[in-house]
Amino acid sequence: MKKLVLSAAILALSAGATLAQDVVRMGTEGAYPPYNFINDNGEVDGFERAVGDELCARANLTCVWVTNEWDSIIPNLTSGNYDTIIAGMSITDEREEVIDFTQNYYPPASSLFMALSADADLAGGVIAAQTNTIQSGYIAESGATLVEFATPDETVAAVRNGEADATFADGDFVLPIANEDPDLMIVGEPVQLGGGIGLGLREGDDELREAFNTAIQSMKDDGSLNALIIEWFGPDAATF
Amino acid sequence: MFSFCTDPSTLATGQWFACYLTNGAHFLFYQSFLVVFALLAVTAPTALAFGFGAAAASRSPVLPIRWLGKGYIAMVRGVPDIAFFLFFVIVLDQLIEYSIHTVRCPDWSEPIYQGANFMVCDAARMPPGNAPQWVHETYNFFLAVFTYAIVFGAFCGNVLFGAMRAVPLAQLETAAAYGMSRRQTFWRVLVPQMWIYALPGLSNVWMILIKATPLLFLLGIEDIVYWARELGGSRTSAYQYPHSDWRFWYFLGLLVFYLSFTRVSEVVLARLTHRLSRGQATAAGDDLRRAAT
Repeated sequence: MKKLVLSAAILALSAGATLAQDVVRMGTEGAYPPYNFINDNGEVDGFERAVGDELCARANLTCVWVTNEWDSIIPNLTSGNYDTIIAGMSITDEREEVIDFTQNYYPPASSLFMALSADADLAGGVIAAQTNTIQSGYIAESGATLVEFATPDETVAAVRNGEADATFADGDFVLPIANEDPDLMIVGEPVQLGGGIGLGLREGDDELREAFNTAIQSMKDDGSLNALIIEWFGPDAATF
Repeated sequence: MFSFCTDPSTLATGQWFACYLTNGAHFLFYQSFLVVFALLAVTAPTALAFGFGAAAASRSPVLPIRWLGKGYIAMVRGVPDIAFFLFFVIVLDQLIEYSIHTVRCPDWSEPIYQGANFMVCDAARMPPGNAPQWVHETYNFFLAVFTYAIVFGAFCGNVLFGAMRAVPLAQLETAAAYGMSRRQTFWRVLVPQMWIYALPGLSNVWMILIKATPLLFLLGIEDIVYWARELGGSRTSAYQYPHSDWRFWYFLGLLVFYLSFTRVSEVVLARLTHRLSRGQATAAGDDLRRAAT
């Protein structure tokens, strides 16, 4: 009897699922303004929310937004908890081995150091970066000591409380913080890393990748993508 | 929330905080307290039931059942909570998906374990990939609740097993002398009397359970710790309510919440102990008897 009830429940669940419109689950971090963040109403907001919604509209997909810790964002994609990663993830060869990327929807951007003083030791000091980012990979190979944090906000907090000499992150993330906090400043030279930001997809999910590639291309062609980039990152941001 | 909240940057401090503390994100934060209460409300009775089953099994005259009860208690008690939480939630999820997979997709030829990935056919995904978000969240929540129940069930089991042994043997012998069967003795004499011996241990488990609820955060559930960290982090003007790093205040709030919650629990448990001591052959029960005469 119990088995009967259980299998009936599972059947009912899956029957409901096949009837429902196809849903694409968009996985993001929700802690990386202005790329993606949880806004004051508790919703996913930011540049990637705007781009993602527009891409879904152009590709005729129903999209729902889910958040996941950055640390486990790739494993949870491959195990099927969501269908895309749209979380400021740069296209790199290492990641290409595990997941597929669409073409980039954000051009290769520079990463910046942010510190409390202009004479911070960037070459041999302690540099904070978020775990599993291209920036943390870059610091690990430089001479500096790397300290990793699970969220980008913690890397900034580490600089403020003196735990690290500087934080190293996407310029678009640290610039607004440095502009608004008189104690913090951008130091050193910008570093070019990665091949731009693309949507991450499971390997072999070619249909979805093609749908997004077409939508991204159409947004690039009619200039709406550049308009969104300037809206969220300011007039100095790199565009296509 | 309030009519004056349309442009927070122009507000005076008092109004700013009134708006800030009632915005959408804060309501999600307040709701997550309900998640914690829901977890406790479901886990506590389930764990108690698991523990009762384990304790009863550990006393069984049938050897395999006894092994089962004692093995469960010893195994779960011997593994660190966090390791067990992280491990068991993954195992449970994969077990469910694997069972559905073998039933639904018998023709699947690719290996299920591909490196670090666990790949079952789409029909076996639990919950189904296109299910609404709340189904995903509820599913994860119940995986977590079940894991909590298993872990804390083992602790309850050990406490109840000890409590059953603490009931004076004379009571059980008297029951047998009256002609009660094993089952009757267990339910009519042993179980009603064991609670007073179990209570100190059970109250301990309850306190540890309250304090273990932030582990939900580790399992990816958006509980109060998640929101405290999320809301307390510093915010630039990309947000309506920019502020500096306020995690200290948010975590201080959690500290106060947990302290008051455990304090209330202590008061309730003290009253329960008083009530259960009546007529018992314990020091507390004897005091009650003397006070009455």
